[in-house]
Amino acid sequence: MTNIRNFSIIAHIDHGKSTLADRFIQYCGIVEERNFQDQILDNMDIERERGITIKSQAVSLPYRAKDGVAYTLNLIDTPGHVDFSYEVSRSLASCEGVLLLIDAAQGVQAQTLANLYLAMEQNLEIIPVINKIDLPAADVNRVRAQVEAELGLDPAGCLICSAKMGIGIQEILEAIVERIPPPKGDPGSPLAALIFDAKYDPFRGTVIHCRVFDGVVRAGDTIRFVHNNATYRVEEVGRFLLHRERTESLSAGEVGYIIAGVKTVSDVRTGDTITLENRPCEKPLHGFKEVKPVVFASIYPIAADDYENLSDCLARYKLNDASFIYEKDSSAALGQGFRCGFLGLLHLDVVQERLEREFGLSIIISVPSVRYRFTLKDGRIIYVDNPAHYPDPLSVIKSEEPYIRASMMLPERYLGAVMKLCMEKRGVNSTLNYPSPGRAEIVYEMPLAEVIFDYYDRFKSITQGYGSFDYDVLDYRESNLVLLDILVNGEKVDALSQIVHRERARARAMQACERLKEEIPRQMFKIAIQGAIGGEIISRTTISPFRKDVTAKCYGGDITRKRKLLEKQKKGKKRMKMIGNVIIPQSAFLAVLKSDAE
Amino acid sequence: MAAVPNLDAHTGFPGLYIHVPFCISKCPYCGFYSITDLSLIRKYLSALRLEMGLVKNQTQAFDTVYIGGGTPSVLSPRQIEEVLYSIRDSFRIAGHAEATIEMNPADTTSNLLRAVWRGGINRLSIGVQSFNDAVLSFLGRRHRSAEAIAAIEAGRKAGFDNLSIDLIYGIPGQDTRSWLETLKQAVALKPDHLSCYELTVENPTPFGRDVRTGHIVLPDETVKTTLFFRTAEFLEKHGYRQYEVSNFARPGRESRHNQKYWEHVPYLGLGPSAHSFSGYERRWNVRSVHSYIEQLECGILPLEGREMLDLEEIRTETLFLGLRTTNGIPLGDFRSRFGSDLLKEKRGIIDFLAANGFLTIQDGALRPTRKGLAVADSLALAL
Repeated sequence: MTNIRNFSIIAHIDHGKSTLADRFIQYCGIVEERNFQDQILDNMDIERERGITIKSQAVSLPYRAKDGVAYTLNLIDTPGHVDFSYEVSRSLASCEGVLLLIDAAQGVQAQTLANLYLAMEQNLEIIPVINKIDLPAADVNRVRAQVEAELGLDPAGCLICSAKMGIGIQEILEAIVERIPPPKGDPGSPLAALIFDAKYDPFRGTVIHCRVFDGVVRAGDTIRFVHNNATYRVEEVGRFLLHRERTESLSAGEVGYIIAGVKTVSDVRTGDTITLENRPCEKPLHGFKEVKPVVFASIYPIAADDYENLSDCLARYKLNDASFIYEKDSSAALGQGFRCGFLGLLHLDVVQERLEREFGLSIIISVPSVRYRFTLKDGRIIYVDNPAHYPDPLSVIKSEEPYIRASMMLPERYLGAVMKLCMEKRGVNSTLNYPSPGRAEIVYEMPLAEVIFDYYDRFKSITQGYGSFDYDVLDYRESNLVLLDILVNGEKVDALSQIVHRERARARAMQACERLKEEIPRQMFKIAIQGAIGGEIISRTTISPFRKDVTAKCYGGDITRKRKLLEKQKKGKKRMKMIGNVIIPQSAFLAVLKSDAE
Repeated sequence: MAAVPNLDAHTGFPGLYIHVPFCISKCPYCGFYSITDLSLIRKYLSALRLEMGLVKNQTQAFDTVYIGGGTPSVLSPRQIEEVLYSIRDSFRIAGHAEATIEMNPADTTSNLLRAVWRGGINRLSIGVQSFNDAVLSFLGRRHRSAEAIAAIEAGRKAGFDNLSIDLIYGIPGQDTRSWLETLKQAVALKPDHLSCYELTVENPTPFGRDVRTGHIVLPDETVKTTLFFRTAEFLEKHGYRQYEVSNFARPGRESRHNQKYWEHVPYLGLGPSAHSFSGYERRWNVRSVHSYIEQLECGILPLEGREMLDLEEIRTETLFLGLRTTNGIPLGDFRSRFGSDLLKEKRGIIDFLAANGFLTIQDGALRPTRKGLAVADSLALAL
């Protein structure tokens, strides 16, 4: 056990986490040069493209240190986005230390801080590492000063590197050996292993990623998940090199996997404790939490006959994403679909993109919603995340919506604009800090609904990319809510209905009308687009018709070409939605969500 | 259950089309296939005779003949007569046939008119395009307004009692007044038929380039729409019925040949790039005059492509072609051809379009109104 180090790399997005992990893998020689592919741990295309790690990954790095001793360095990669902060915390709980990676040009950002706090909560050894020192804009001294002033860490312990150029890699590996304590734990005690991730393997079922704190687990053991009380027989245990490598056992201090005939990842809860059925541990490892989705939206196939296909794809997608939930839903405008829950907007984006990319589906996603809470006259309390289930306003005595604590870090010069944005987004109870000269940290309590609607984009644009943002969910607060409907030629487009704060309804309605006007192509008849609360129209735009589109000539030589054009248009039309005889392209639904600032 | 198409019930006499792919000069807006190397005419004519020999058909009588182009009137009177005699050698032409030739006003000499008359042509289609000389020169035409008037008069004098003129509107800078001026002059000459085309600029033409580079700015949609409706209103007032998007005729003087295209009546097309239709198959000749000549000299039919239409494709064509004409889509006929009741099948959208004044149901046919004709392409897409 003294030769094991369990660590993680935490960083603000794009500060070079995956690149550093790649260097470690290369340096420790577990992949041949010719097989090397950038960002090995980011398996999904979407992760590579966005530079975001979505699923956690783990890898065991064999490392012979300067002292001549061979160590196993278990790198547990963490998801790099606020939507996944619980997953991050479970990965961190599996470690004894972290590398806190900071971009030498950008310095400390909101997620640097958020991640640092998460690591401190777990009492981890923190090694600050300044990355990208090869950049022309790199300012190592300034970042060192931030490490001291803003993070409260000793700048003397700060390492520098360029993961891209391969500079400073060995020094970091040495520091991991020297500074991060070896795991503690007793192989002789009853088994206590922490699940930090689970992946679906089509041949083996669910592969559970875990850190063993006490005891030993072997193939043939019967294990129990403490929180959902299910038992399974272990088929295989092993470690992560680049691929799974079977071992005799996993024992206290080690990081590895268990395959135990668990059908889907949804049967496994991240943060749950695994113990042995016949010799259970006294109490579960602490920190378990049921993760609940906070953003909800409906997904519909563009072509109605794709419904079965969509259903299959969601089921397959779900195999590998336990935090994604869905159930059947239907819309008068868009037909049969599914209501889905996500951890956040990024999670929604990721699901949408993967469905489209990996499963080749064309889908429409309805306006995302948070989960509202209504207290009814009869005393019942109901939660509503789907505008279709909005209660009769006369029966409601109290309506509430979830609030978050949003922390933002930004150069001071953008403060005014950001505060204005936050006020517009109904932010309250702000606190302001100046962690170092010229830099501001501002915290607001804001309705989550305002953040999922067009907040990220505007914040990024206002701060010209220099601002960073992090949030956690606080509580429910009373709010004056109404149901906003959008009508196209008098027909309600139920997929565009939104639950909104009354004061924001008119602006939101106008925005939706304008967006639709831009996206819906002119047709041969006038199209009226309206926003309405109950029966009251609160906004209206019209798309004027075109009055002539017929081609002047159509004789013998033109007919085939014309038919082919028409067939092509008909095909295109099938990919659009018809509502009240109006053709509405998919882009129109998406546009309703887009921000003005672009 | 798939219905068996009953095309025979629909087909009357077929039509015969001859494409003459030569022009003295290319008009900058025109995308039709033609060449200006007139030295190829003789070889072309021999090839055309060879083609007629290959597709010779004496069993079925044709009741329309249409000689179009290009500019058929670039042929000499003797050459035209030759073509017309060859047609009679190879095909049976019904006694009541409508036989049209397209003519450039600059070519309508009394010699040529006499020759075509002798050859059995009984309908002239004169490419007037405009009675405004500025417009004519913008369009790159080689005649002037006075020649157009003279051509029409000469045609009448030569005995043609079925005479059509082509006009173009939607010229850059054109307003309703100046276009109505041309229309007024047109109706004063009492043609039996008018084709009024909105200027359509095809991409690979010189005008296409000028539009792309901004050297030419076409009138906006509002102007074009106004011109379309004013044209129909004006001509209707003068006794011409709009029977197709761009075609107007005195009662009984509709182009029988062109109606075949819109009603799916078979036609045989000869000459480079000509299209033929059998009722379920469409085939078309090579565009290039050179290949056309070469292949026929080798005894091969100069086909460039063919397609067998399935029922669905014929249905699509029936819809978009029918919606271009004021006769519309005869519903009983539609049912017997496709085994489906269009009204029942598309009830919702038809009711909506009828309520909005695009369609009517009249005499057992689904007919576009004038407002509907203007958006016939969109109507077809909606159905």
